[in-house]
Amino acid sequence: MYDMKALYEANTVEEAVKLRMEHPEAQIIAGGSDVLIQMREGKRAGKELISIYMIDEMRGVKLDEEEAIRIGSLTSFSHITKDPIIQEYINVLGEAVDMVGGPQIRNIATIGGNTCNGVTSADSASTLFAWDAVIELTGPEGIRRIPISDFYIKAGTVDIKEGELQTAVIIPKNSYEGYKGHYIKYANRNAMDIATTGCSVNVKLSEDKKTIEDIRIAFGVAGPIPMRTKSAELLAKGQPVSKELAEAFGKEILEDINPRDSWRASKDFRKHIAVEMATRCFIESVKLSGGEI
Amino acid sequence: MIIGKSVTRVDALDKVTGRSKYTDDLCEKNALVAKIYHSTKANGVVTSIDTSEAEKIPGVVKIVTCFDVPKIYFPTAGHPWSTDPSHQDVADRLLLTDRVRFCGDDVAAVIAENEIAAKQAIAALKVEYEEYPFVLDVQEAMADGAPCLHEKYPGNVLGHSSIRKGNLEEAIKEPGLIKVDQWYDTPVVQHCHIENHICFASMENGKISVVSSTQIPHIVRRVVGQALGIPWGSVRIIKPYIGGGFGNKQDALYEPLCAYLSKVVGGRLVKLDVTREETFVSNRTRHAIRSHIISWVRPDGTFAARKLECFSNQGAYASHGHGIAAKGMNAFPQLYPCENIECDAYTVFTNMPVAGAMRGYGIPQAMFPVESQTDDIALAIGMDPVEFRRKNLMPVGYVDGFSKNENYYDTFNQCLEKGKAYIDFDRKRKEYENQTGPVRKGVGCSVFWYNTAVWPISLESASCRMVLNQDGSVQVQLAETEIGQGADTAFAQMTAATLGIPFEMVHVISCQDTDITPFGTGSYASRQTYVGGFAIKQTALLLKERILKYAYELTRMPSFNLDIKDGKIVRTTDGRELMTLGELSTEALYSLSHSEHLTSESTYQIKSNAYSFGCCFAEVEVDIPMCKVKLVNIINVHDCGQLINPALAEAQVHGGMSMGIGYALSEQLLIDAKTGKTLNDNLLDYKLSTTMDHPHLEAQFVENYEPTSAFGTKSLGEPPACPVAPAIRNAILNATGVSMYQIPMTSQALFKRFKEEELF
Repeated sequence: MYDMKALYEANTVEEAVKLRMEHPEAQIIAGGSDVLIQMREGKRAGKELISIYMIDEMRGVKLDEEEAIRIGSLTSFSHITKDPIIQEYINVLGEAVDMVGGPQIRNIATIGGNTCNGVTSADSASTLFAWDAVIELTGPEGIRRIPISDFYIKAGTVDIKEGELQTAVIIPKNSYEGYKGHYIKYANRNAMDIATTGCSVNVKLSEDKKTIEDIRIAFGVAGPIPMRTKSAELLAKGQPVSKELAEAFGKEILEDINPRDSWRASKDFRKHIAVEMATRCFIESVKLSGGEI
Repeated sequence: MIIGKSVTRVDALDKVTGRSKYTDDLCEKNALVAKIYHSTKANGVVTSIDTSEAEKIPGVVKIVTCFDVPKIYFPTAGHPWSTDPSHQDVADRLLLTDRVRFCGDDVAAVIAENEIAAKQAIAALKVEYEEYPFVLDVQEAMADGAPCLHEKYPGNVLGHSSIRKGNLEEAIKEPGLIKVDQWYDTPVVQHCHIENHICFASMENGKISVVSSTQIPHIVRRVVGQALGIPWGSVRIIKPYIGGGFGNKQDALYEPLCAYLSKVVGGRLVKLDVTREETFVSNRTRHAIRSHIISWVRPDGTFAARKLECFSNQGAYASHGHGIAAKGMNAFPQLYPCENIECDAYTVFTNMPVAGAMRGYGIPQAMFPVESQTDDIALAIGMDPVEFRRKNLMPVGYVDGFSKNENYYDTFNQCLEKGKAYIDFDRKRKEYENQTGPVRKGVGCSVFWYNTAVWPISLESASCRMVLNQDGSVQVQLAETEIGQGADTAFAQMTAATLGIPFEMVHVISCQDTDITPFGTGSYASRQTYVGGFAIKQTALLLKERILKYAYELTRMPSFNLDIKDGKIVRTTDGRELMTLGELSTEALYSLSHSEHLTSESTYQIKSNAYSFGCCFAEVEVDIPMCKVKLVNIINVHDCGQLINPALAEAQVHGGMSMGIGYALSEQLLIDAKTGKTLNDNLLDYKLSTTMDHPHLEAQFVENYEPTSAFGTKSLGEPPACPVAPAIRNAILNATGVSMYQIPMTSQALFKRFKEEELF
């Protein structure tokens, strides 16, 4: 039994925007795997909800006219993992979201919900940061697109303006073409767990597979919101592929990350594993790209 | 022969199709809902409760606070009652209390028409406290000047017991001894049964009925009577199917409060459904026990002397109390007999959630230190850990002076052989000797000590009733409860075997109703098949005697030449089938000359107990830089006597192994040192292991027929959880050379130790 004041259901994006304008205090609910838990815990108890779950136009993965990968915000994790476009171009995202919770959660939870929740531990977020994803928001004024790094404002807060809802997550063609990536979720269990730290790396190698032409790395739970560690990217960019480079790249992330000391894990420990994760993600991404290390 | 056959569980189809009714399924939908306000302070006194805002909430029926309830102190432990006052459980609980002793103590309750109103009213209560300093750590609670929890226990020590044997002072003077001295810590964990505790109560004809998810209906009846100060016969407890208990439900939990709440609303139906958060904090937990073991060992691998001190964290109330630490301590000198021994066990009150019974009852807490040190000693003297065990383990023929338990067979060696062979122990120990890479493998083992029932510490009796139906089938009733372990199926197999009727003709009445079910103390220890077996055999033989006596009337053949085989009356002299049991029974019930309802009922008092031993072997892969342990292979080997149902036995072992894996690697209830509040009262933050964390769980058996037992069987309920954690710990030691001194061996804990040992 949930302490819910009212539930409004939208069937189209247009209806959803209208409901958002009519009920500015209401909370958007998609799959509900975060919202209903918060409601049960009392955090959102007594609230009005706007359900966008029935808006089928916000569901699915496709290549748009510019060959950007467009993931509708309501697309479930299990859908993303099994989607042929994801598997072909950005398989690491499918792998990352396949580590969320358990099968039932992955069937109901959506990538839009995962990012709008604004938490640093979201398994999709670090990979989306690492691939320079663009967030699409639709509101009364029309469509607005912003880089994911701007979408996250602070822990638990994202840039959704009055009347808006997130309608898609987009990976532009120049972000994914020629890149291969790897994600490591570090958790205490192999399922049903939240990341102690998450690390996502992708690389683009030179034609001869011997040089890092470009590299991007992002962490979850290394700070209050998901973050890139650009010092490490700068260090490795243009460098010849080697094991030493992988290790130097790993250590360099300490320049940027700022994990918390908490009862869940100590700062020392988080830093230690973050270095190891970055190194391993580097090596794995290079291997996936056809490089030798 | 039906004994030893893996027949399908009697409740399998109903359970997998969802037809089985559990407590919540049985509750009428118009029941009032009760919610509890729990203390937010770890120690103190409630000075006032303002209910005015809460009372305004629509749907609120009644608010009851700690100032309203009778001041009757009652015990909650699910032990048989003792008529000797000096052996009775400590009565230290009130239905609701103003003197709060942990964050989560029960202070007030709201009865409302629905759950939301009840929750809102709980949130609207304004409770004021006078706060006292609190203490969470056992050693700190024993120190001078520590906050005292219970006036009757200054110094906070609930129990202290000792063992002294030989002369330790003299023995350690022997030259050349190697001393191994170490402290070991085990965590607070919770049972995590799928179905949280739930009960509902109502009154009819002056009696209070409580339907409850409990392991121990007859004990709960007594406790409800005590708590409410009403005659025990005016309480009726009904126990339907339950979704696990593991000892948490071997306590009276909220049945007394629920019964009381029904009473204050004129006997209306009141349901009290406990949340997962409350289950973690306000039910029972496993005692965290800190152990200090010093062993003086000769270079030839024999013990000169041993000393054990263990400190058990009881939490805020006595519940099962000192029995847990005492059991662990008593196992110590039996498992590895030694001439010179000093043991002390202390159970100490702290402002932690209340510890009670949990699968293994002190033995998982004892086996972790004992079997960890066994490997530490083997390493120190350069002996193979299995050989060191063989040299020192309880010998065949050993008899314990107190319980009279006897080690009849060479069980330990037989189990160790099987475990070694499965895991390929010797070859792998060699192979893993000189590893250097970041990922290293290791194998480890642990044995365990267990016994079956509670004799001679407390009453051990079982009662059974059997009723013959028209068609020759029988109903069987026992107070030993089905709690998911498969007791009903084992009981049906035993009944069928003794009576000589097909398994399908036995109908076990699964639900216990204290108004109807014969008296018994319920499901706990590892006693169901052992204890129930005596009563079943005795009662079935009694019924058989009556049946054959009646058969004499119908067949004119003497009873001593008759038997029941496969549901038929058989003349033993020539094997001729004279009639079916159904024909006999129909005649008996409808006979115009001699009609008789053929039944039997009897109590068997058990005055024996039985050892139950075995071992675990584990293989791990340790990723040192990542501080991760991957359990790659694990086997438990048990000698639980004759298996009644091998498939069920295997399932029982799987469950215990899973519990042991979580205990070893991930589970721990964390309490905030600053506030005394539980930090991880949910299944996300409390890391119960999942199937994805388990490799294949191998269960094997050595079937040595238990001579004291009605069916050659002995305990298997708790033992599987006992040896797992130290086996995994010893495998990690083998892989990395690092001894871990506490569980769970989480990544964070491994990081700390690997850093200390300079592995990176």
